[in-house]
Amino acid sequence: MKDYKAKDFQALNKQLKKEAIYTCILYALFFIWWYATAYGFADAPQRVWGLPLWFFLSCIVGWLFCCVGVTLLVKCCFRDVDLDAYNIEEIPDTSEKAGDEL
Amino acid sequence: MINIPAMVPVLCYLFILLGVSWYVGTLQKGRSFVTEYFLADRSLGGFVLGMTLIATFTSASSFLGGPGEAYSTGLSWVLLAMIQVPTGFFTLGILGKKFAVISRRINSVTVTDFLYQRYRSNAVVIGSSIAIIAFFIAMMVAQFKGGAVLFESLTGFSYEVGLIIFGLVVVFYTAIGGFRAVVLTDAIQAVVMVIATVTILISVLLKGGGSTALVDVIAAENPLMLDANATARPTILSYWVLVGIGLLGLPQNTVRAMSYKDTDSLHKAMIYGTVVVGFLMLGMHLAGFYAQGVLEDVPANSDAVIPMTVMQLLPGFWSGLFLAGPLAAIMSTVSSLLILASAAICKDLILHFHPRKSPSDSNIRAISIAATAVIGALTFLFALDPPNLIVWINLFAMGGLEAAFFWPTVLGLFWKRANATGALCSMIGGVGTYVAMGQLGINIMGINNVCFGLLAGLVCFIIGSLATKKPDKEVLLTFFGEEA
Repeated sequence: MKDYKAKDFQALNKQLKKEAIYTCILYALFFIWWYATAYGFADAPQRVWGLPLWFFLSCIVGWLFCCVGVTLLVKCCFRDVDLDAYNIEEIPDTSEKAGDEL
Repeated sequence: MINIPAMVPVLCYLFILLGVSWYVGTLQKGRSFVTEYFLADRSLGGFVLGMTLIATFTSASSFLGGPGEAYSTGLSWVLLAMIQVPTGFFTLGILGKKFAVISRRINSVTVTDFLYQRYRSNAVVIGSSIAIIAFFIAMMVAQFKGGAVLFESLTGFSYEVGLIIFGLVVVFYTAIGGFRAVVLTDAIQAVVMVIATVTILISVLLKGGGSTALVDVIAAENPLMLDANATARPTILSYWVLVGIGLLGLPQNTVRAMSYKDTDSLHKAMIYGTVVVGFLMLGMHLAGFYAQGVLEDVPANSDAVIPMTVMQLLPGFWSGLFLAGPLAAIMSTVSSLLILASAAICKDLILHFHPRKSPSDSNIRAISIAATAVIGALTFLFALDPPNLIVWINLFAMGGLEAAFFWPTVLGLFWKRANATGALCSMIGGVGTYVAMGQLGINIMGINNVCFGLLAGLVCFIIGSLATKKPDKEVLLTFFGEEA
């Protein structure tokens, strides 16, 4: 097999691992928000639109939190990558070739 | 009584879906057929990717069963439903790019394809194909059943007529248009689901005189409805695995990570998906909860809550508009499962074990379309009178798929030491533990058994991998760009 820019591919893998970790962190933050507000405010007497405070914070604000969080995640932590730059030519796929010949 | 006005929006909608699929079918000529038919030529944009991902995991239960539970249990069940909100970005954020790059690198079209390239084992191919075919057919039958029951209750036509109308439509458009038709119709279905959710939420709120008034009525009747602890905490926490982290492993989700065009699409899909799925989950489950203060009659079971609410509040045409929502949820789930089941037979079993040296394009085309149509027809027949075996498999379908695919997929991408023995042990050990616990009726503290299935799968994976030799140098180079 040819050497297909192995260095670049290793660097890409490092970046993707980082992105996966950031994603896990946001997921964990959402979980903490969800858990802490739902059970921490479970006995709070306040109501928002009639709904108990825990519900408002955990489910409604939590959803907005998630939307803002994922936007920041994508804009600040994620990089654009050329998905086709790392292809290997050597592995043939017979079922694929059939279609290309026509 | 047959409700004719309700049929108008439903039929219009079904015709639009067929039209899209027919149009897509005409685009297929002159391209690499397998990649086009099973992966839409890796061309999905951000909106379509986001919508197809959430439409696939928004199923009958998000529109019927879930809101029905919220009706009887209260806000704690809405809390549970919200666990699904970050799932879309979680899946795409962790697997999205890696899968896209690798699947282009090795030219894989299906998840099984990917697993084969990673583990180089025919046993893994057979195991994953069987898991996909068996669990997917059972899940499709359950979805069809839910749809036909709903159709019956809202339009007055019989179960069989409903099944024939929307069941044949979904089989037909999937067979003709392939994955591209599936994802484009998914995007349309997601929009329809949003419209349906807005419709029912507004009509419930109007009927009850606003949120505050409704909650007061419900709380006066049963204060537990507002209690966060009304659903046991171990149960609710285990849903973080079943409908949260575990979804990372589902082939119907991961295959979408192979199908998009560029990283900008992926980034947009993560945002759109999170916004829309949050709205659907919150809206539908809240509607179910509010229905407690509005419904005049007591529903027979939780699945009947939403249909009864619709019948009581929405006149003919509008009830049809709502009906399109859950039908969309069902059809989008079925079409996604159907195309993958077909890929499992065609690409993973037939073409994998009998690679065509120089087959004509029409040959592969015929096999693919025929496989989709046959599985679809089979599922349709099963749904007319579900056999016990199918009902039994469906009990384990969701958790079983997670137990089978989670570790082989995730560890295959991120753990260099992972090998075929580990993957096989994980599939067998995970699914085995999960099914055995369910069969024996073992339940520990209300925790969903899928947690134990995944735990067993992880242990089996690590032991199996470490006990046998490292993956080949070539595999490591392909997947990680390095040997050690």
